[in-house]
Amino acid sequence: MQKRLLFDGRLLQFTINRLCQQLIENHGDFTNSVLMGLQPRGIFLAERISTSLETLLNKKILLGYLDTTFHRDDFRRRDAPIAPHETKVNFVIEGKKVILIDDVLFTGRSVRAALDAMVSFGRPEKVELLTLIDRMYSRDIPVEATYVGRRVNTVRSQRILVELKEQGMPEDNIWIMEKEDEA
Amino acid sequence: MSKLSTRHLLGIKDITEEDIQLIFQTADNFKDVLNRPIKKVPSLRDITVANVFFENSTRTRLSFELAEKRLSADVVNFSSSSSSVKKGETLLDTVNNILAMKVDMVVMRHSSPGAPHFLSKHVKANIINAGDGTHEHPTQALLDAFSIREKLGDVAGKKVAIMGDILHSRVALSNIFCLKKLGAEVMVCGPITLIPKFIGELGVKVEYDVKKALEWCDVANVLRIQLERQQIKYFPSLREYSIYYGINKQLLDTLNKEIVIMHPGPINRGVELNSDVADSDHSIILGQVENGVAIRMAVLYLLAGVKEG
Repeated sequence: MQKRLLFDGRLLQFTINRLCQQLIENHGDFTNSVLMGLQPRGIFLAERISTSLETLLNKKILLGYLDTTFHRDDFRRRDAPIAPHETKVNFVIEGKKVILIDDVLFTGRSVRAALDAMVSFGRPEKVELLTLIDRMYSRDIPVEATYVGRRVNTVRSQRILVELKEQGMPEDNIWIMEKEDEA
Repeated sequence: MSKLSTRHLLGIKDITEEDIQLIFQTADNFKDVLNRPIKKVPSLRDITVANVFFENSTRTRLSFELAEKRLSADVVNFSSSSSSVKKGETLLDTVNNILAMKVDMVVMRHSSPGAPHFLSKHVKANIINAGDGTHEHPTQALLDAFSIREKLGDVAGKKVAIMGDILHSRVALSNIFCLKKLGAEVMVCGPITLIPKFIGELGVKVEYDVKKALEWCDVANVLRIQLERQQIKYFPSLREYSIYYGINKQLLDTLNKEIVIMHPGPINRGVELNSDVADSDHSIILGQVENGVAIRMAVLYLLAGVKEG
């Protein structure tokens, strides 16, 4: 199968704007709410959302990076350990509403690890999940997103390729492709 | 994904520069974990580690045990003074008996050089060398280099002098391998009787004058005189050693630069290092101990993380 484009830069911007509006509907002026991007790629989306929210609300939004590597459930079950990334959470989440942000929701296992990792920073009042792409009917764990950019129906042999400017790409593109097409 | 080129950490000699950098990058993340209110992660929750110490240790054993517990591993401790080794059991039998109880990793200290290498050929578990006689002490060298990197930004291009009892020191040998692999310049300095004859062939400078060594270096890693390994007299007296090779504030004040002082512990205060240096701002000795836990977590994590064949 050829790779199929899910998002180009323009559509991505529209979707991020819509997700920001939805967040404001639920969280008002973000007084008691924080964003937490999941490493490695969720942080780019989290940064864009936080920038948009800061423009819309004209205030500083708390944003953290959460790395779930040490909390994953597939340790010792892969050929090599996953390289950890930086966790940067300069605030406590005790009593706060936390919005976890990731690019793709697939099996739900990363989100489970994130919920586990998050506990190190306090007990949140509420946790929500925002994902740009929801791969429906693929869950191993009962986890669902609160905010979704786009729902797609995929099979296991496919993967989502996220190319963002932050990763050094010339422009933003998100594709769906067969795994064996990877060169 | 990233993994080490080895299943065991037996010595620095056998690993690559990429391995060392990978351990450092992983240790950076663990150091961050150690500074959180909740200092524990669940990565090694289905792993059992045996700390098998045939030789005395405080710091290393404690540091390994803490690292294992911070990673949620189950830990069993063994020390030869209270075991069947005294009744005549061989090393391989002892370890095989421990492994029969379903242990996944073994951290071992032994007075015989090569003991962990021997073990790694005969048992399935991952072996980490926590010091084998006068041979290697890889995690100490890693934490020393990691501490230099933290203090000075990089190890490459730095000048490190290793001072004292080089002949009996496994810390010295592992440090030489590690620092050379990372691109540092290394000098050894001590009484002529305590410097191995052909050490220059490892690519290190040799100096017998402590003042000249201090003037040359950015970092001085000061070692203890290992009296327990010295069967003959290598120098007239400890007092004379401390006069000629002891480092004190007066001596450091004569240098026209600031150098970093390191020591792997235990310190013999007043012999190789005076209190006015050991407790000064130049010293990063307690920083080394702190980094030791992060480095050992990284080593355990990276070795344990590979799927069993």
